[in-house]
Amino acid sequence: MRLGTRKVVDRSFTGLGIFSIALVSLALVILLTPIVVRGIGAVVFRATIEHDRVLMEHFERGNASTFAARNATAIAARAPVYEMLTAYEAQYGVDDFELEELREALQRLLGPAPDQSKPTLARDQFGATRWAQAQEAAHNVLYVQEWDYSDPTQFGVPVDVPRAKRFAGTPLESLFPYVSEHLDEMLQPHWTLYWGFLLDDSLDAHMFGGIWAEILGTLYLTIGAVLFAVPMGIISAIYLVEYAPDHWLIGVLRSCISTLAGVPSIVFGLFGLAFFINTAQVSKYFMAADSTGVSSKSILAGSLTLAILILPVIIRAAEEAIRAVPRTYKEAALSVGAGKWRTILTVMLPAALPGILTGIVISMGRAAGETAPIIFTAAVSVGRPLEVWQTLTQPTPALPWSVYNLCTEHTAADEIRHVQYGMVLTLVVLVLLLNTAAIILRARVSRRLAG
Amino acid sequence: MFYGDSAAVRDVTLGVPRGKVTAIIGPSGCGKSTLLRAINRMNDLIRGCRATGRLLLEGEDVYRPQIDVTALRRRVGMVFQKPNPFPKSIFDNVAYGPRIHGVRSRSDLQGIVEQSLRRAALWDEVKDRMRQNALGLSGGQQQRLCIARALAVEPELLLMDEPTSALDPMATDHIENLIAELRGTYTIIIVTHNMQQAARVSDLTAFMYVGELIEVGDTSGLFTKPVNQRTQDYITGRFG
Repeated sequence: MRLGTRKVVDRSFTGLGIFSIALVSLALVILLTPIVVRGIGAVVFRATIEHDRVLMEHFERGNASTFAARNATAIAARAPVYEMLTAYEAQYGVDDFELEELREALQRLLGPAPDQSKPTLARDQFGATRWAQAQEAAHNVLYVQEWDYSDPTQFGVPVDVPRAKRFAGTPLESLFPYVSEHLDEMLQPHWTLYWGFLLDDSLDAHMFGGIWAEILGTLYLTIGAVLFAVPMGIISAIYLVEYAPDHWLIGVLRSCISTLAGVPSIVFGLFGLAFFINTAQVSKYFMAADSTGVSSKSILAGSLTLAILILPVIIRAAEEAIRAVPRTYKEAALSVGAGKWRTILTVMLPAALPGILTGIVISMGRAAGETAPIIFTAAVSVGRPLEVWQTLTQPTPALPWSVYNLCTEHTAADEIRHVQYGMVLTLVVLVLLLNTAAIILRARVSRRLAG
Repeated sequence: MFYGDSAAVRDVTLGVPRGKVTAIIGPSGCGKSTLLRAINRMNDLIRGCRATGRLLLEGEDVYRPQIDVTALRRRVGMVFQKPNPFPKSIFDNVAYGPRIHGVRSRSDLQGIVEQSLRRAALWDEVKDRMRQNALGLSGGQQQRLCIARALAVEPELLLMDEPTSALDPMATDHIENLIAELRGTYTIIIVTHNMQQAARVSDLTAFMYVGELIEVGDTSGLFTKPVNQRTQDYITGRFG
């Protein structure tokens, strides 16, 4: 090949490389931007007086005097609304469908009216807690959605019709301009930093409160998986490197381990259900003697399932790390009279530690994010944060499963978008933190080994 | 000694006198190292390697089926071609052997470490940095540390497998002086490429060629009046 051609080829390969890296970075940015922006929105947002009320009543937090002051202003601002409603009822009676609809819309915005008895569900006890939600709720007070069928060639088009039209000429006519003008006073929006999103229990299926139960559940499952998988993985790797004979069966075993790494995770989930829960009934041994004895989902079963999922990764990492230890270390240890096992424990494993640690932490990230294996074995949609001893018998909500669950199964999935994004961001950050820890740990151990 | 079906070393009968330095010389691939590593059964690590015949250490056959190989290796120390300290502190490197043989007390260990390092002529250079990683030492220092590590378990026999081939002339000089000092206290077998080195440090020299022992004798005799033609050719530089 001529020199000129070679240069052109070289350059085009460089260009291709840069182009693909740019493409990947762009994809990453497109993926992460909404997660980060909207995820942060779960913690930093414009809260309303209703948010403070939830915190005061259910979590006993917040500045009581600030709240009292804000609440007083809000009540004063809301009073005319309820006065107008009373005036309307006095004139036209309570049995009115249009009025019923309006009252419901108002409850979404402001919470139950002062004269109303306290509703059972927490979501009905409070108005909109976030300013963005409040604006939407206010829109629903001011407008009614109707369908326009005027064009016969088209499907019906939704149109917003001012609700004021329906109450023209009644005492409620002036309610609508009042609401739109005094929304700020009625709801007292203010910027807030809500760390409780990470550390509070969920209230009424994530309508309010935080995701601590999910975070804790994810941590339990991940740590449990590592506790089971790491000893097994390292011992297997030692066997494969140091003890396994040169036999075709060992070759088959190796391919099996590699294949295990490629098995779809839902299969692991089914295996966990069939084996750990139905056959072995792992949690039964830890249940009280007088319990019904029915073995069901538990963190223990989920951890075991995840452990099997990450086992091949850990075996592979440990095997490669042990194999990479210079043979001279082993010879040196043996030559002063150390036994094989002694050599492995005192020389080989310490030298292989950085590689093994990296494998462990990467598989921790994997275990934290896996959804399919825990659906059958450990995850429930709603649950409280568990004590350590409860992990043996209790199922738990966990981040990856709850993200799916809240997006698809929740009755008010649209109203808790911020929770969904917050969970995704938390999961991403958790996995990133784990990976960063792996890098730092690896660097530190390598530095210690290198002197 | 066989690797698979091919014999790497055969028909070797060699007596190594106690307290003397015996050098094994010969061209590359002649089986010097294989013979040396047969003595502390390091060849066991190599798959498909087996030995026939007898190899006596103070009257005990090293290849006896019931022998405790770790106990044997404690009696037969070894220094390798390339310095191979552990990625641990200087102290831990020297204390490694005594520790695995059950020395627990801190003061005992310190005594052994100091004595071994003094014997390996390294004490003065490292006494103030015992906690530092051994990989931070120079090549020559690392090799002396490895000698100290081997001496720390009080071996009867010290095997050296081309201990200076990875070192510069200064460091080589250091190691050779050290061997001269250790002579008498320890029985030493040294494998070397370097004929001048064999002539300088050894009492006895054995010449090997393609797996066979050609000639063995007093170092001065072998280098001045070799009996065998091939020995003569080798030491005069006609081949190898």
